[in-house]
Order: sequence, then structure tokens, then C-alpha cells
Amino acid sequence: MYGYSGNILHIDLKERSHWVENKPEEWYKTYIGGVSMATRLCWENIEVGCDPYSPGNPVCFANGIFTGTPVPVGGKYGLASKSPMTGFIGDSLSGSWFSIAMKRAQYDGIVIHDASENWIFLFIDDERVEFLPADKLLGLGTYETEEAIRDYFGDDQVRSATIGPAGEHMVRFGNVTNDGRQAGRTGHGAVWGSKKLKAVSIRGTHGVTVADPDTLLKMSFDITEASQGKDTEKYRIYGTSTNVMNMNKLGLLPTRNYTEGVFEFAELVSGEYLDEHHKVKVIACAQCPIACEQMSMVKQGPFAGAMTGIEYECLQAVSSNCGIGDMTAAIRLIDIADRSGMDAMSMGVTISYAMECYERGVLKKEDFISERTPEGIELNFGNGPGAVNLALMIENREGIGAILSEGTRRAAEYFDKERNAETYKWAMNIKGLELPGYDARALKTFAVGLAVGTRGGCHNRSAAYDPDIKSETNRFTVDETRGKVAASSEEYAAVYDTLPMCKFIRRCFTGKADRAGAWPAIANLINATTGWHFEYDDVDLIGVRAHTIKKAFNIREGWKASDDDLPWRWKHEPMTIGPSAGHVVTDEELAYLKKIYYEAKGWTEEGLIPKQLLIDLGMEDVAEEIGV
Amino acid sequence: MVASTSKFKYIVCDPEKCIGCQLCEYICSYTKTGEFNSYRSRIRTVRVDEVLITAVACRTCEDAPCVKACTRDALTQDPISGIIRIDPQKCDGCAWCIEACDFGAISINHETKLAEFCNQCEDVEDGPQCVKICPKDALEYTTPDQRSQRTRHKLVKDSLNFPSKAKDPR
Repeated sequence: MYGYSGNILHIDLKERSHWVENKPEEWYKTYIGGVSMATRLCWENIEVGCDPYSPGNPVCFANGIFTGTPVPVGGKYGLASKSPMTGFIGDSLSGSWFSIAMKRAQYDGIVIHDASENWIFLFIDDERVEFLPADKLLGLGTYETEEAIRDYFGDDQVRSATIGPAGEHMVRFGNVTNDGRQAGRTGHGAVWGSKKLKAVSIRGTHGVTVADPDTLLKMSFDITEASQGKDTEKYRIYGTSTNVMNMNKLGLLPTRNYTEGVFEFAELVSGEYLDEHHKVKVIACAQCPIACEQMSMVKQGPFAGAMTGIEYECLQAVSSNCGIGDMTAAIRLIDIADRSGMDAMSMGVTISYAMECYERGVLKKEDFISERTPEGIELNFGNGPGAVNLALMIENREGIGAILSEGTRRAAEYFDKERNAETYKWAMNIKGLELPGYDARALKTFAVGLAVGTRGGCHNRSAAYDPDIKSETNRFTVDETRGKVAASSEEYAAVYDTLPMCKFIRRCFTGKADRAGAWPAIANLINATTGWHFEYDDVDLIGVRAHTIKKAFNIREGWKASDDDLPWRWKHEPMTIGPSAGHVVTDEELAYLKKIYYEAKGWTEEGLIPKQLLIDLGMEDVAEEIGV
Repeated sequence: MVASTSKFKYIVCDPEKCIGCQLCEYICSYTKTGEFNSYRSRIRTVRVDEVLITAVACRTCEDAPCVKACTRDALTQDPISGIIRIDPQKCDGCAWCIEACDFGAISINHETKLAEFCNQCEDVEDGPQCVKICPKDALEYTTPDQRSQRTRHKLVKDSLNFPSKAKDPR
């Protein structure tokens, strides 16, 4: 096999043993890599129905088909476990040097079973696996941990995926970081924390060979060249943070915990402002010629010295969404999230939830007493220093931070019971995962895409905001086409998430991002890498299968149609200002949207998958277990 | 940084422009070995922290210390191009050249036991492949003199406001 090694490495943390499983080529053709293969590995290795924090929940890495080759933006891996945020599949992507080290160590996937008694980190040195004590790494931030491990081995080719203090403390939205990139969402850091697994380090020394290197190189050169043109300008020059002004103009920029979609200080937290005042350098993931990561620094004021990469989703979550119009506080908040290893989006939305609780009198100043804040915090919207202190309390599970570190859904359940309140009305999550930076009350195709999302409130798995924003659909209304549009958009995204390739390259194959523009080129890249004979339809099926295995996983873990829902606020409270004011997604609209979406997928009315459909996709064993 | 005394051309990287994508390593290892493997790349990206990123390759020093240090006379330097060449019959991978190199531009291939370093793709038709693939034009293949000349030109052009050319009256 070219492009793959055929090896899945299994590691048992309790027994301190490891073994290699060889998968047949057909298995690779079905699941490819990234989120699809990672989910499949999780499907095969999980103790069904287990608590996400129990030893029965495995940590599953799946590498990319193009990882370790010059194919632009192909250096990514998928990471899957049962998510402690949602109780369903937690599938995340990260990229850069770590995935390439894994490829060169000749593993297509790694499955980590059970849990360790003492804190450890794993060192995978080609075919050797070591279980090393992590005592000296405890408490270190994500970057520091990587650095300490590289120093220990004295080799900068040893690349590590790590958790920071947030993961150690099992902040439920803790995440996993490698090379400054995060497998950001759904709480992988907390799962690692539950296993006392501080880091996975890999050194791979083998070369990567492909079936047709000349073709692959020629295509890679061409795509690399195209990636320096206008189709990636947005990402290269300002990064995704330009969306702050774009979304504000459309009235879709989450503001003050999604009460409004227009923020009066948007300019002060925009990509343009960031570029002018804070940008230090733009950097890339390994294997990426685009480089979108805007490394930004606070140069003066109380947060001087804070530095991290800033992109739209994290930025809006901690700025406009918290009513904060101070870029230095926003950078510091994301810096805390990145160094301590937690999902800055969930953190931001959890802080905004707490701010609304404070403004409505459910939480009081003295509820926020901590070592740093002996008087408590007056946590009004817009209080940047207050938000920073609260983020540190969440990271350390200090005081009320312990409850908020569980995310908005669990925090709301707690406070509603304890204080006889109705804070669930402003707990902005779907399936327990906090929302992304687009207000879906006025993006109705996206609304159904989010509601049915297999990993909860996530913009990466459903790209249905795209047709809404580009006015290919009427974003304020509902019609019979939306089921198909939402289904098609998530299957499209799933192709990129499975290869995986960064979606920012999508226009660089032919200038057109649609299937007709991208799939033939992707098929050629797959064939040059593996020697297979993939065509347009085969590429399309990659996405269908990826989405199907994730849904199947959720069904087996107890998913019901009622789980496909939207937050209370989006169904009952319209925004009052701006071009998106006056809209909600009513229960009737949502029920209709879900119905036509299930139809478009070929599922039953209850959203279950027919046996035959699974068999046709080559997933017979899945059909046996959950097909109807 | 350690200074090179070279008058020859070699590959340098502008750390302001380098994004750390490693495509130079891919193309280099492929050109030299037919495989994609950073360990076999003659140019290496260096990522010291989140933003301090650059790439380093052989800087063709004059009176190259690696050549002098070689105990088996396996290394020779071309007097015109400054390129260091290796005699695989003589080299035994003893790594004295690595000790001598101020730039960390040499590595030992553990399988062949030979020293490996950049030869500026002298055997490839269109020259250094890393320079060709670098998406951000961070790599260039020039002599130190060429670079200082360019800096002088830029300085004068940017800071002096003379009419630099007579305008064609047509």
C-alpha cells in the first residue's frame, strides 16, 4: 500500500502494553483517515454506553492520507473519543508536525485504551513505545510541555500532543494541543485527564513513499502556487478575523451572549484592528503554504506579554459575545485558553453565560470570590479584566470556576436547581457543545445544520451558513430545499475533514470550491498518493460515509431525534436591532426542517438509518448493530 | 548569529517571511532520496518558539571548517561554486564535520553512515528545488555581496527623493 502503512498502533495504559493491528486496504478505502477513520476506530474500540471519563472510552488518532507528502494543507489528523461535552462522538482535527511524525513512525492510527494509575506521557519512537512518568510536566502549559519533552529527548523532531492544566483538572472543554494547533472542541483534554495521560510524543524517522510522485509533485506545485492568489487572500492577510466586521454588518455577530447580532465596538475587535495594532507574524501549520495563523501580542497595559494566534471563532466568543470591546483582553483570554489547553469558544460562551447570570441577578459578585479576586467580580458584560480572572478560575476549577468548567449545559442544570432559576434559557449550546460565531436565528439553513450536527454546536462540520450568507437561499425563511442543502453541506465538509485537508484550500484546485471544482483534483491527488482509481463519486462517498459512521456512533450511544434541537433563546427570543432583528426559529419550523433533512439523508422519520443504506455504503457490520 | 565568511552563493531564509510550512524539507528529501522525510532533508526548518521560525542549509563557508575537520579527506570544496562534495568511499560517518559546522547544516544518515548536506541541487536542471517551492519567497539563492547590494539599492531608492529617471517626453 502506498500512502498508508497498514498499521494501527494500540496502546493499553493500564497494562502498559502495545500491539499493532493490520487493516486491509478495503477498510482504508472506506474510512480514508481523519474524522472518519478516527470515529470508526472509536466505534470499534469503545465500551458502548460508557461514561466518557471511564477507562472504556478510547483515545483514537487517525492520520491523513496526504500527511507527510508535499500536498498542501494535507498535514492533519483526526482525534476521536466519546465527548464529555455531548455524550456523543467527539471528533476533532488538528494538524502540523505531530501528524507528520506519526506518519513517519508508520502508523495510520493510534488507539489508546484504558487509564493509567499515575500521570504518564507516551513516547512512540518508531516501533518502540515507552510509558514515562509525567510528574515533572504536571502544571506546565501546552507549549511548555512540548518544549520540556523536546528538551528531555534533545531532538526537535520529537513532536507532542499535550494537555495543559485545564485538561489535568478535567475542565470539561479542555482540549489537546500540538505545535500550537488544537484538536479544539468536544473536550479531548478532559478525556486525557481522566486517563492521567499528559502527552503523546512521537519520533518517526521513516520516509513516506507515494505511488506516483511526479504527478503528486506537479499537482502540489500547482496548488501551492494557486494558494498564493486571491482565493486565499482573506486567510493570508487578515486571517479569518475579518469576519468580525462582515458578520457585524449582517447582524449575525454574537453579541452579549447571543442577545444581539450587532456590536457597537466591533471595529475595536476586528481583524483589521488586530492587524494594525497587535500582529507579530503570520505562521503556518507544517505542510501548509497558506499560513492563516495571525500571531498577535499585547504590547502594553495590564495584559502585556500575552501572545497567541487569533482567528474569528475564538475572537468573537471572548470579545463581542462577552460585550468586550478591548482587544488586549480578548488576546489575553485566548492566550489563557491556548496555554492552559481549553476550547476558547466554549470558554467564551461559558463566560458570557455567567455574565448574563450576573446581570440578571442569578449570580452575585461574591459568587466569584477567588484567591486573585478576594472581593468577587462585578461580572457585567464588557468587563475584560473580570473575564480574564474568571477564565483563570475555570482553568483551575477554583470556586465557581469548578461549576462553570463543566460548560453551559451542566452549569445551567446546576444553577437552575440550586437557585430556582431558568438560566437554561441563555445557556447557548447544542447537545452540550457551545455555539459558533454565527447567529442562526437569521440563517435558517444553518440552523438545521447545527441542530442535527453530530458533535453539537459546530460550524466546521456543517457549512450551511455559506449558502445562507451568500443569498443562495433566503436566510430568513424556511422552504423545502433546506433539508438537501444542509445534508449536502455537511457531507461536503466531511470530505475535507476525512482526508483531512484544511478547507481554506477549497478554491485553489480550479478556482471553484464546489464539488465539480474540487472533487476531480482530489481524486487525482488520492490516486497519485495511493495508486487507487478513485473518481468523482468515490470522493463524494468519502463524506457520506464519514457522516454516516458518526451518526451511527451517536445512535448506538443512545441518540434520539429530540437531541437534534436548538437553544431556547434561538427558538423564542428575536434580536431587536440590526438587519437580522425580529427572527427566531420556531418549534414548528425546526420540526419541519428536521423532517426534510432526515428525508434528504434517506433516513427514517425518527432520524434512524435504514439497514440497506448502510450495506450499500459498505458498512455491513454497522448495519447489523444499528440499522433499521 | 554566527557569521559566515562566504563569498559563494548559498541558500538563506528570511525569518520574517518563513511560515514554518516545511515544504522545503519535503522537496529536498524527495530530490535527494525519492522519499518525503525531514530527517533526510539538507535544509532544515527551525522552530524555536511560536514565532521564531526559519530554515538553515549549508552556507558554503570559505576555507570550510567541515572540509578541514574531515579526518579522512572525504570532503572537498569546489573553488568556483564553493559547493562541498563528499567522497562516499572515504566518508565513514564519524561526524567530525558536524562538530566543525557552526550552522548545524550537516547530518549523518544512520543507514548509509554518510554525512549529508546541501549541494545546491547542482545536479538538478533548474537549481535549488527548495527555493523554487517556497510559497512565501522566504528562501533565496544568492551571495552575501548580492544581498548587501540589494539592501543598498533599496535604501537609496526608499530614502532619497531624486527623480531617478529622465521621463520620455513622448
